[in-house]
Amino acid sequence: MPSPRTRVAVTGLGTVNPLGVDVASTWESALAGTSTARTFENDWKERYGLSVDFACQLTPGALDSLSRPEAKKLDPSGQYAMVAAREAWADAGAPEVDPTRLGVVVGSGIGGIWTTLDQWDVVRERGARRVNPFTVPMLMANSAAANISMELGARAGAHTPVSACASGSEAVALGMGMIRDGRADVVVVGGTEASIHPMTVAAFANIRALSTRVDDPEHASRPYDVDRDGFVLGEGAGILVLESEEHAAARGARVYAYAAGRGMASDAYHISAPNPEGQAAAVREAIEDAGLMAEDIKHVNAHGTSTPLGDIGELRAVSDALGGVTDQLVVTSTKSMTGHLLGGAGALETVFSVLAAHHRTVPPTINIENLDPETPMEIANGAPVTLADGDVAVLNNAFGFGGHDIAVVVTSS
Amino acid sequence: MAHTENEILAGLAEIVNEETGVATEDVKLEKSFTDDLDIDSISMMTIVVNAEEKFDVRIPDEEVKNLATVGDAVKFIEGAQN
Repeated sequence: MPSPRTRVAVTGLGTVNPLGVDVASTWESALAGTSTARTFENDWKERYGLSVDFACQLTPGALDSLSRPEAKKLDPSGQYAMVAAREAWADAGAPEVDPTRLGVVVGSGIGGIWTTLDQWDVVRERGARRVNPFTVPMLMANSAAANISMELGARAGAHTPVSACASGSEAVALGMGMIRDGRADVVVVGGTEASIHPMTVAAFANIRALSTRVDDPEHASRPYDVDRDGFVLGEGAGILVLESEEHAAARGARVYAYAAGRGMASDAYHISAPNPEGQAAAVREAIEDAGLMAEDIKHVNAHGTSTPLGDIGELRAVSDALGGVTDQLVVTSTKSMTGHLLGGAGALETVFSVLAAHHRTVPPTINIENLDPETPMEIANGAPVTLADGDVAVLNNAFGFGGHDIAVVVTSS
Repeated sequence: MAHTENEILAGLAEIVNEETGVATEDVKLEKSFTDDLDIDSISMMTIVVNAEEKFDVRIPDEEVKNLATVGDAVKFIEGAQN
């Protein structure tokens, strides 16, 4: 039985998202500071009266590797996760592992909402008999985790945290726990979301969560800019292969970085408003769990969704957790480029954090024209930042409606 | 207008291919859905729902368990459309 301090290596990465069809294209687009927000090329605005008609949609071609029969049995959220999981698994070298020591933890904020709503349309328009018999396995929130577990033959457990926009990071944290607790040697973790649907857009717009910059969507996601006015919906999946250091070493695996610390807290405060105390508690716990000090954190991949209150509140919470020791670190919000992937966000941003630690490069935050003077830390404003020599520890935050606070610390060695 | 046996077989093969990826040329009258074509129960129901729409027939749930082979299904649909 491994000790609780078993180190968790990251040995494989995979993603499909608005920036790219895989990890390599995503990283290249991210370093180039690419905005992916576009006006919808459909009639949703006119047809449904949407006040917001843009989002960061999946890169065309991202799902080409799926066969048609495969795609028909998976909700888009399941398709994204499957393609990303296959990339991550191949990237890890398709490790040989005892099936009872292989786990899956893949979260989603909403699950198969396209399937749910499409099939309700079928019931209303064509009658109950025409409902797709695959509806239930497609719409269930655990569909991605279940299908990936079957694909890989993973029998140590397949889990699905559902904690809104913290789901993907919670999956990373729970996967770390499976390895540390001795339940698995290898765990495929991540998050997925496919919810750019007129109903979802309307619902987020009606709580004034979305940017309304309809005349200039490419610059709408602008964390830390004084004129930020809400987030931009994104979609996609991020998947990582976590592996005990011992197992990775035994097979000579390439290790990108280590998932060194995790912090999980809940606000018990408000269903949608964040609470800096809960956020700070998660950050503090993650750094302590990693056995690090505040000054070791060189980079923060922030939750930073581009909302007026949330962005600065988060950084203040981080500063509080670090005891004000923040001069050594640089912050970015990759949501400025990808939009907000909701349940996929924390997982994709953990992928970015791993890449940042591995390549010692912080991807930029784009669209800052006037930096909010309240911003309490250095931001990778408009261009990548190279991290100084030495050990790198990266903090990644993800917070979800309902008061779910997750922080993950990734280290380069 | 009623479909012929060959038309029903060809149409069914298209549905099976679309839903499961089994090649249309492998969908032959004597083939068992489960043993030869490896079609599970949910996929079978998907094929039934699509066949009902394509051939404008009703295949009652209690009949589905009797459709062991492709030929059984073709025969049932041929009879049901009259």
